[in-house]
Amino acid sequence: MSNRLSWRKFVSHFMLTMTGLCALVAVSVLFFILGYLVYHGGTSISWDFFTKLPAPVGETGGGMANAIVGSAKLLLLACLLGVPIGFFGAIYLAEFSGGSIAFVVRYAADLLNGVPSIVIGIFAYSLVVLPFKHFSTLAGGFALGLMMIPITLRSTEEFLRAVPRALREGAMALGASQWKTIASVVVPAAYRGILTAVLLAFARVAGETAPLLFTALGNRFWSPGWNQPTASLPVMIFTYAISPYDDWHRQAWAAGLVLLGLILITNIVARVILSRGISVPRT
Amino acid sequence: MATTTTTVPSAGPITGTRSFISRLRDGDEIARLVTFIFAGSVVLITLLLVYELWRESYLPRHKFGFGFFVTSVWDPIFDKFGALPFIYGTVVTAGVALLIAVPLGIGAAIFLAELAPARVSDTLQFFIDLLAAVPSVIYGLLGVFIVIPVMRQYIQPALKSSLGFLPFFQGPTYGVGFLTAGIVLAIMVIPYIISVSREVLISVPRDQREAALALGSTRWESTWKVVLPFARTGIMGSIFLALARALGETMAVTMVIGNTPTISASLFSPGYSIAAVIANEFTEATGDLYLQALIELGLVLFLLTFLLNGLARLLIVVTSQRGSGMGQA
Amino acid sequence: MKRLAPLFLAVLALVAIGVAKAALSINGAGATFPNPIYSKWFDDYHKKNPDIEINYQSIGSGGGIKQVTEGTVDFGATDGPMNDEQLKAFQDKHGFPILHFPTVLGADVPTYNISGVTGELNFTPEALAGIFLGKVTKWNDPLIAGANKGVNLPASDIVVVHRSDGSGTSYIWTDYLSKVSDEWKNKVGKGTSVNWPVGLGGKGNEGVAGLVKQTPNALGYVELIYAVQNKMPYGKIKNSSGEFIKADLPSVTAAAAGAAKSIPDDFRVSITDAPGKTAYPVSSFTWLLIPSKFSDAAKRDAIKGFLKWMLTDGQNEVEALSYAKLPKEVVSKEMKAIDKIQ
Repeated sequence: MSNRLSWRKFVSHFMLTMTGLCALVAVSVLFFILGYLVYHGGTSISWDFFTKLPAPVGETGGGMANAIVGSAKLLLLACLLGVPIGFFGAIYLAEFSGGSIAFVVRYAADLLNGVPSIVIGIFAYSLVVLPFKHFSTLAGGFALGLMMIPITLRSTEEFLRAVPRALREGAMALGASQWKTIASVVVPAAYRGILTAVLLAFARVAGETAPLLFTALGNRFWSPGWNQPTASLPVMIFTYAISPYDDWHRQAWAAGLVLLGLILITNIVARVILSRGISVPRT
Repeated sequence: MATTTTTVPSAGPITGTRSFISRLRDGDEIARLVTFIFAGSVVLITLLLVYELWRESYLPRHKFGFGFFVTSVWDPIFDKFGALPFIYGTVVTAGVALLIAVPLGIGAAIFLAELAPARVSDTLQFFIDLLAAVPSVIYGLLGVFIVIPVMRQYIQPALKSSLGFLPFFQGPTYGVGFLTAGIVLAIMVIPYIISVSREVLISVPRDQREAALALGSTRWESTWKVVLPFARTGIMGSIFLALARALGETMAVTMVIGNTPTISASLFSPGYSIAAVIANEFTEATGDLYLQALIELGLVLFLLTFLLNGLARLLIVVTSQRGSGMGQA
Repeated sequence: MKRLAPLFLAVLALVAIGVAKAALSINGAGATFPNPIYSKWFDDYHKKNPDIEINYQSIGSGGGIKQVTEGTVDFGATDGPMNDEQLKAFQDKHGFPILHFPTVLGADVPTYNISGVTGELNFTPEALAGIFLGKVTKWNDPLIAGANKGVNLPASDIVVVHRSDGSGTSYIWTDYLSKVSDEWKNKVGKGTSVNWPVGLGGKGNEGVAGLVKQTPNALGYVELIYAVQNKMPYGKIKNSSGEFIKADLPSVTAAAAGAAKSIPDDFRVSITDAPGKTAYPVSSFTWLLIPSKFSDAAKRDAIKGFLKWMLTDGQNEVEALSYAKLPKEVVSKEMKAIDKIQ
């Protein structure tokens, strides 16, 4: 009996160490990538990078100010489209729906998620660019928003489901209507997870290039309003990385670093500003 | 939606027995309607997308019919198009990616959720979330500059000498190919698995673990046999996210897969995927049949995703113990 | 809600930035090959004319043709001239023709990675066609060795590398191969994307360059600029006069000069395998696609002004970026053609 016990203990320690290794692998990959970006692009990051417009090849002092602002505008639009649909749709799936409708919606979301980003771009092109005969920030935001929907929807639904039934029943026992239960009890309980879901979707679309090529196109200058083509960090990275020039390559790496940095900051800011007291402590 | 009494009841919609009028008065019906519209819009968008793809691919559909699925030729000059090598490449690379990412991801999630202290876990998760934020172009470039040489000089020869008797590890080693693309994809999808799985694991009620431990199970056993099954559907959901991402990834794959429409058992062989060929050729495609053939490939990918998703869900239902979790698909 | 206030402020700031003064904004899209020189040109032109912002984005030659035909951009750019079908499509849609204006010249060079071989190899058209058709498989094949006496070529398999993405670079290369090899012409043909008989596909010039650099015994083709800027070794190709020519700016311009006498009025011409003793055989123009009518007079004048500047001052900037200038005959012909834009 004790032999079996010591075997089980051994297995336990072994497997748990393995999981630690898994986590180590995942994290070290990230640090490797960060280190690579810093090494190759760090020298190109300067105050100019954040304030100047792009300069042609061979001229120093250019920056990506318009791309940073452009990405911010595009992502804002994307969130306006993707987050409500994902969030409220997930509430429907988790709280209101019966089996078959939920099945169809989930399936559709998974299908949408699997569509290559370039096809989403083509779709947005035919819906928003062609009829109006110009590329625009709106079209780009639309394409990115579409891509945010499935991740937000599926993840939020999972986190809503993870809230124990007892909480809901408690609230309803106290006489709360269903929507009030959801708003005051379930959503706050799942808040952390929902934020994770949204930020994950945000991070995903922040780095997408292909959908923007046919919608927001790109711009060497400032893009006034929402109806003109606009520069964005991923497209700049793409354009510069495939060029023959070393200087542009370094700027591409720098832009990658800046993009990551901005997403990190957004992550932190969002969690700080939007976090509330979590009513269900971590068990 | 009844759950059996012997299982751990996960949360789900509370089907009320209140009358319609009282629900309406409390605003519940409106809430239901509003959220239904949002959920329904997802289906609508997907249907619209399929419709557009269908409409814009009528030329090759009429010309090739079902032959499109089984032809291996892709010739833009002589107007012969077939999807088979791309289907093969898409499935193989996604398969390799999941084979690597799922164990690694779930393992890491378990570590972060069960073992690591809260602060460490949160900090590490933060960094792992950043992996999801790396632009796919950068992944592609890193694949070119780092993964391909390492594959060609170290990993592929090592695999070949040790496991070369298997058809998967034979043939010339260029560095690019199915295996390389699968590895890069694995790195790209792992954050989704870890992030979502970890959150779901964290939310498993403490008493589940304690009950198992109280019954004499080791730490690992309580995790593997009690906590994990409880979080099963959430973890499955994360795998679906990962699968979808792997199937549709465009930029990174095309930089490391070799871009040759080949069907080969060897993982060292260069190949091609649907998303990669669309990305490579769409902007330059001239001629209606060519363009529409590319769009039909998009439609084929849709169908592929549909089938793979269905298969996976079937698998879940079949292997799911009676009543455990929600059995949701 | 108070915590959301900074968020609102940030949003307002973004929107405010959005509403800036509008200069005359012209959008163009197309070929990736000339993107560096175009970005320099448009930037310099903007410095001279601060009210005019010409925004060019490189989405590919096919994209350029498509978008200018759809009317989503004001002008396009392409490495391969539009064919009759595409010209007709534009004419049908807009009611007036579209014009081609050559801007600079480019070339494709054969780059390779053979251990022990550091010098420049000579390639005959037959060798190149044979290699890319998959019939010449080893480096020490007589077709290659015959032109490289004294070079120790290994008996290894050639790893062919080509472009996977549709591109003008592939168009030029396959156009050349179609001219020098009937078998290539009938079996594969010319285009931005073809059904390559052999080889690995690299994405973009950097993809091909990367593969060639890392794979022993590889052979691929890249743009001249790319090879020069990245200091890659490349070989000579035998031209139609029998000389082995290395691609450089003078030899590329010579190819255009050779063709200049017979250049058609619409400037759509292929100059691969051009006549001339010093001509490099795999050269090509790249074109701007300008509609012949503009409804907006300001845009029309801006574009005409730019074209004139491009053909004079602009040409002096190209060599610094490793592009070849247009020959004088072509420039003067283009100047006259600018008047066709109304």
